[in-house]
Amino acid sequence: MSAVIEEVKQPILNEETKKVLISPLVNNNPITLQVLGICSALAVTSKMSTSLIMALALTLVTAFSSAAISAIRNHIPGSIRIIVQMTIIASLVIVVDQLLKAVAYDVSKQLSVFVGLIITNCIVMGRAEAYAMKNPPLESFMDGIGNGAGYSLILVTVAFFREILGSGKLLGMEVLKLTKDGGWYDPNGLMLLPPSAFFIIGLIIWGVRQYKPEQRETQDFKIMSISHGEGGGHH
Amino acid sequence: MEAYISLFVKAVFIENLALSFFLGMCTFIAVSKKISTAMGLGIAVMVVQAITVPANNFMYHSLLKEDALSWLGIKGVDLSFLALLSCIGMIAALVQILEMVLDKFFPALYFALGIFLPLITVNCAILGGSLFMIERDYNFGESVTYGIGSGLGWALAITVMAGVREKLKYSDIPPALQGLGITFITAGLMSLGFMAFSGIQL
Repeated sequence: MSAVIEEVKQPILNEETKKVLISPLVNNNPITLQVLGICSALAVTSKMSTSLIMALALTLVTAFSSAAISAIRNHIPGSIRIIVQMTIIASLVIVVDQLLKAVAYDVSKQLSVFVGLIITNCIVMGRAEAYAMKNPPLESFMDGIGNGAGYSLILVTVAFFREILGSGKLLGMEVLKLTKDGGWYDPNGLMLLPPSAFFIIGLIIWGVRQYKPEQRETQDFKIMSISHGEGGGHH
Repeated sequence: MEAYISLFVKAVFIENLALSFFLGMCTFIAVSKKISTAMGLGIAVMVVQAITVPANNFMYHSLLKEDALSWLGIKGVDLSFLALLSCIGMIAALVQILEMVLDKFFPALYFALGIFLPLITVNCAILGGSLFMIERDYNFGESVTYGIGSGLGWALAITVMAGVREKLKYSDIPPALQGLGITFITAGLMSLGFMAFSGIQL
């Protein structure tokens, strides 16, 4: 009996599926390496709750749009594929948007236009174009989940630092007691402003590339060091 | 008139699409390596934004908004949930038409902007502009002003960014921070600079 189950399970979580699920987390992260989907992401990271919802919405849209596009990939004429992909994605985003308005109206107000902007989020389009057009639906679905998770990871990390340093809270609960309430933590207001998201992502990229040298970018020019004589000038 | 001027200044500086709403970041980071290309893309965004925001405003107010179809004698229809789909359709169609018109009548401009136009359909700044217009309920005149202003703000931001990045080549950056990392931090510093405008009361 177990052998039969084993055999059924095999194609669902095979090597390829595992690869497309895991690799976007760090090794091929859509934000820090592929430079996709930074557009609408950063503005929602000043709070954990909004960024969690945003991450969930994007993951679902990416997964389902990849699966749908991959299911009809052999019937899409090449010249109008972008508009077909766009229509599928936009329809899914409308579903998500309406769902949020119905279930979590406050959050949908806070996210304002950024739910709508999932349509033009490069991760969704990028995965549709780069992966779903060439692979079967199930793997495309997994690829969508994986890339959505990679995006979510960065988003939630950024939101974690911004919320805890900026307002001393996590998910709205007090973690660090603020000075104005008689505690010890003086909140860093900069963390609630847009620039801090850039800084945190920049630092995350620095950290990742410190440990993954293969992700580093090659320089167009090398700086020659003239201070210690013989070392400089040769490379 | 004053209201329009203050909306324009607000759209260019205070609510800069790129630096305070992070819209169009993918292209902002990817195409800001040289001033000339950045400026080309910036102008293309400005032109498309100036056309699409009023067009979407017209479409929204005459077709999609609640009771907007009353000029057809249809009452009580609210199609505003279709705004996302229609806006992106409108943008894609207008960009396509713009591309063909430029190709036919202004070949020189087409060669300068041509490669950027397909990129613009998926630029969040364009869709974002239209969605902000809907959310803030601008009228037609305001939408024209907002379209031009926000496009100009984006163009300004990417050109300045390209200028900084051209100079960055000469600085000694830790290897792991090269490229993307330092670009983000630069964008953050620029965004910090633009925060200075937010104190202006209009």
